[in-house]
Amino acid sequence: MAVRVQEADFDVGAELAALTANNHRVGGVGVFVGVVRDTAGGSAVSGMTLEHYPGMTERQLAAIEAEAAARWPLEASLIVHRVGRLAPGETIVLVACASAHRQAALDATAFLIDWLKTKAPFWKLEETADGECWVDARESDDAAAARWGR
Amino acid sequence: MKLLYFAWVRQRIGVGQETVSLPAEVATVAGLVDWLRTRGPGYAEAFRDTRAIRCAVNQEYVEPDQPVSADDEVAFFPPVTGG
Repeated sequence: MAVRVQEADFDVGAELAALTANNHRVGGVGVFVGVVRDTAGGSAVSGMTLEHYPGMTERQLAAIEAEAAARWPLEASLIVHRVGRLAPGETIVLVACASAHRQAALDATAFLIDWLKTKAPFWKLEETADGECWVDARESDDAAAARWGR
Repeated sequence: MKLLYFAWVRQRIGVGQETVSLPAEVATVAGLVDWLRTRGPGYAEAFRDTRAIRCAVNQEYVEPDQPVSADDEVAFFPPVTGG
């Protein structure tokens, strides 16, 4: 159970290795890696800046992770979210859940990223040819989070 | 009271955080928003459509009828877009 918010890039492989090191009860690891796209709604995106609410972000991420641990039999979980300026192709977020069996690992991972997107206080400012633009929240994200209930 | 603003709410108001003395008549988040709107055109623009704004008191999401007091940390921001 760990959450980190940081500007620095990180090595997904190293994070996953550390997540399950010396825990041989783990039978599978579910992983989601979010990456900066170079397009948004048909416009080219040259980069983005992620802003967050220090303090509340970590609290919300920890609460979301605790909720996942209450719903699924997890051996370990990790959320790493970057802030600051990111270029297309860079990693934004890593969510990983380890469990004895794959279904819990995969479901908990999907749950974590769906809830993170609608509850954790991050905001994306995209750079396009028309200037900078705050990304709007999407109803499809709300629907994805809602399918897990409360 | 400590106030925090993020994303386009911060840009429209012009500062990321400030400390204010709460008028006696402000008792809830909704009352706080009504008072903030009177503080200048940037505030009025930021709070023009409150359906587009989320609020947290002491780092927990709240609804407009949430009571507020001088010791609280209150944040206003758009719906979140991380991940």
